[in-house]
Amino acid sequence: MHRYIPNNGALLDEMLKDIGISSMDELFRDIPQDLQFKGNLDIPGALSEMELLEKTTKLAELNKSSDQLVNFLGAGVYDHFVPLVIDHIISRSEFYTSYTPYQAEVSQGTLQAIFEYQSLITQLTGMEVSNASMYDGSNAAIEAAILSLNAKRKSDTVLISEGVHPEVIEVIKTYLHFRQTNVKLVPLTAEGKTDLAKAEELMGDGVASIMVQNPNFFGVIEDVGAVADFAKSNKIMSIDYVDPISLGILEAPGNQGVDVVVGDGQSLGNGLNFGGPYLGIMAMRKKDVRKIPGRVVGLSKDVDGNRAFVLTLQAREQHIRRFKATSNICSNQSLNMLVASIYLNTMGKEGLREVAVQSASKAAYLKKALLDTGLFEEVYSGKTFKEFTLAYKGDLDALLKGLEEEGFLGGVNLERFGRKGQLLIAVTEKRTKAQMDAYVDAVRRLS
Amino acid sequence: MSNLYFTEDHEWLRVEGDKAYVGITDFAQEQLGDIVYVELPEEDDEVAAGDSVGVVESVKSASDVLAPASGRVVEVNEDLEDSPELINEDAMGNWIVALELSDKEELSALMDEEDYKAFLGEEA
Amino acid sequence: MNNTNYNTLIFEKSHPGKHAYSLPELDVPAVDLDSLETPLRKELDLPEVSEGDLIRHYVNISTKNFSIDKGFYPLGSCTMKYNPKINENIARIPGLSKLHPYQPESTLQGTLALLYELQEYLAEVSGMDVMSLQPAAGAHGELSGLMVIKRYHEMMGNTNRKKIILPDSAHGTNPATVAMVGFELVEIPSDEDGSVDIDELKAVVDEDLAGLMLTNPNTLGLFEGHIQEVADIIHEAGGLLYYDGANMNAIMGRARPGDMGFDVMHFNVHKTFSTPHGGGGPGAGPIGVKNFLAKYLPVPQIEKKGEEYFLNYDYPESIGKVKAFYGNYGILVRAFSYIATMGGEGLREASDMAVLNANYLMERLKKTYNLPIDKVCKHEFVLSGIKDAPKVSTLDIAKRLLDYGFHAPTVYFPLIIPEAMMIEPTETESKATLDGFMDALEAIAKEAVENPELLASAPHTTPVRRVDEVYAAKALILSYKDMLNEEN
Repeated sequence: MHRYIPNNGALLDEMLKDIGISSMDELFRDIPQDLQFKGNLDIPGALSEMELLEKTTKLAELNKSSDQLVNFLGAGVYDHFVPLVIDHIISRSEFYTSYTPYQAEVSQGTLQAIFEYQSLITQLTGMEVSNASMYDGSNAAIEAAILSLNAKRKSDTVLISEGVHPEVIEVIKTYLHFRQTNVKLVPLTAEGKTDLAKAEELMGDGVASIMVQNPNFFGVIEDVGAVADFAKSNKIMSIDYVDPISLGILEAPGNQGVDVVVGDGQSLGNGLNFGGPYLGIMAMRKKDVRKIPGRVVGLSKDVDGNRAFVLTLQAREQHIRRFKATSNICSNQSLNMLVASIYLNTMGKEGLREVAVQSASKAAYLKKALLDTGLFEEVYSGKTFKEFTLAYKGDLDALLKGLEEEGFLGGVNLERFGRKGQLLIAVTEKRTKAQMDAYVDAVRRLS
Repeated sequence: MSNLYFTEDHEWLRVEGDKAYVGITDFAQEQLGDIVYVELPEEDDEVAAGDSVGVVESVKSASDVLAPASGRVVEVNEDLEDSPELINEDAMGNWIVALELSDKEELSALMDEEDYKAFLGEEA
Repeated sequence: MNNTNYNTLIFEKSHPGKHAYSLPELDVPAVDLDSLETPLRKELDLPEVSEGDLIRHYVNISTKNFSIDKGFYPLGSCTMKYNPKINENIARIPGLSKLHPYQPESTLQGTLALLYELQEYLAEVSGMDVMSLQPAAGAHGELSGLMVIKRYHEMMGNTNRKKIILPDSAHGTNPATVAMVGFELVEIPSDEDGSVDIDELKAVVDEDLAGLMLTNPNTLGLFEGHIQEVADIIHEAGGLLYYDGANMNAIMGRARPGDMGFDVMHFNVHKTFSTPHGGGGPGAGPIGVKNFLAKYLPVPQIEKKGEEYFLNYDYPESIGKVKAFYGNYGILVRAFSYIATMGGEGLREASDMAVLNANYLMERLKKTYNLPIDKVCKHEFVLSGIKDAPKVSTLDIAKRLLDYGFHAPTVYFPLIIPEAMMIEPTETESKATLDGFMDALEAIAKEAVENPELLASAPHTTPVRRVDEVYAAKALILSYKDMLNEEN
């Protein structure tokens, strides 16, 4: 019997005897004969710890990680520094081997952690309520789009800025297609900001909301206040997709009139992990709280009057409202949410600001150095935060291949999103002046 | 003829002049337990008999309030927004919405108080 | 309790000027923030604590959680099995974890090979042909799977096919998912075993049928014996069958959804393949389909050409993307690790022992508790109240169990059984633990007769006692700021 399975030998016989059967097969006699799987599953193993470590280490050696390559990739996933305390805390069994906190009396740890996360996110975004997190940024975005459609009668369209991450737009299109609703894309101006004049032309009675990303996918800082004003004057919802790190220096969207804030919390202490698991952030106004999807924790008291936390507003959720639930989401990304909370508490207000300032300063340094080579041109003239888009005058594929050989992940080639020759470069506080100078040198040599 | 009617879904309807006030019965509030929220419709909504005109929520359930008859929502009980427990305290005395009925003939399909009591007896 | 560390929020521990972070000095000129020409942040009220404060805070609140590493967690339908430690180590190998989703495929060959191999494992366990690892959770898998079904009907030109049939015993995510994909719901009553009632099924099947969602074993833990008949009825009517993989832990190596006639399914890897629940997530919900549906799966699909692995976006009929990037990779690595340590034979042993443990509990507990359906069960079973104390609620029994050091079972689900208490022991619990659990439930049954108040006021020994949910729902104090406002 396998090492994870405790009952075997004599114990097993005793149990079978207690039940009154003689063999394990009898427990499966209710499965019709022709449906019974005969033979063995064709899965190798069972591997010992040593064998599995050897196998996975070999697989890891076929990859090149950010420990080996200097990472200038961003596009929604950023190589920010992950403070070491995080792994110590999330490695506590009490957090990572517990279930959803349905039994409040024995789940106060998770419930308090969620309450604190909600508090941190509302502080960070300037909004009034936050849920306990969603799958990721793309799913928070589609949930916000659906929320806006549900909030406005007879609506069938959402406006999405072309500055929103193309994969987020993809996800929104997938979902809305099956709901017979439409996505209209709002183009960007020469500055790289959402063109609100064009948005005005796309307006109609069926439009429920407008979504922008700030800083947007191409790195440009949007005029969020103007977007919120546009939404207000058109009586639709404004949805702002944020990079939470940027909120260390940029004004909180809640103070600029935004209705819903969404975003991906990866940059808050979550490692790269090849695209997941991360967490989706969602925060909004308290008047709309009953429209919010996912879990929400509230402060209460127990029968002795002690402070206690509990899942609340559950009547919105799938296990109670079923077909009429606000969403089908069941889980939250609890452990990633815990990571984000620990990150924000570790950094505090000074630290988060420092990360944002350092990232922005280093990005500005590299952008200038690359433009100074004469090999690049800015795609958009707008101001940028920690990420920027340049057009390369040579063969971008060849440049990136060469950079990889010299030890750099040189940026995201936007050809994958139909923009040939454009390079999206992200810089975090982890990059040093020496790394950036070496990168620029390599670019010169390879061009 | 009484002006009070009941549905099998445990709503009541009371006709007063041009308006018909709609609430949930004492049996319904008892089944739900402590009511924590009442979702109200918008005034001027047109509803058909059987359409939802609101939702009554407890911590463990959510129950649609179905219009006993067709009409237009002319008033909603805003007191319930801050004090949903009023329904627990007096379900028959706290209406949820007032409708302007479009077809009073529909009332004949509803139960009167006596029928409803008998219906509750059967359900139990 | 005088220990302020134990009961305060991190915000209440904050003190101006404290901090827990460290960063090197900025080695380039600091950017002039005004040059960004955008409104800047004036205040940012995040807590200010030292590293020691932070660690002590989280360690203290963590001790208020029950967890699988602490004790028995018999939540029905949740498969709370032991989470092997090696899975955590594997997921943290830098060469497997410090990878950006947009790295060139040439720098990802190890990871793509791992994911490809995982797809093969999952296909083998399920009897499906092609897998997608993209969905982030079980409910997300359901959603993606139903989108595949809807796309199939669209491509066949059958846009009228909008009805999804569900048994009334279904998990809440099923109907919510049906709504989210823009399908219509048809709920049919189950027969007395909680199985699909064939007559009821035939009565609702028509030309508008899109499909049926089912789990097998069903939510009562019983194997749906006439599944082939159900499949035939649905297929003959032009519909497809969706398998909710919530209960896969019952049948690995014993039966496969693909062989039962299902066309689409999802796995809950946090149930079946022991990836930790993390306090409510992250999970992962890979889906599998039969070959004829493979072209509709989310893109990219992970494929192999010669010796090279790659991400294939070239499926014009695909439903598109359901999540940015490729799925909850870190969780999928843990599932891979688990399956590799179990092997095919180990997975079968796991299901066998999960079923044995469930039957072992059921046979003894049915003497004290009502067992609505007395048949051999699979990995779980449902009780319905104490025989000698019919008025004592399942909620009170559940809360009293916490005092005995056990987590409560799933309660009040499935909805078709009154006072339901759904017990799933999993294979990783020892006979001694199971005996102790039954001793506790029998002791509670006795207390229920002799001193029901003890149950009604339970729990007595937990970090907090019964929590006022009505107050929470009415007051809606959802953040620290709300709390301060409430106090003033």
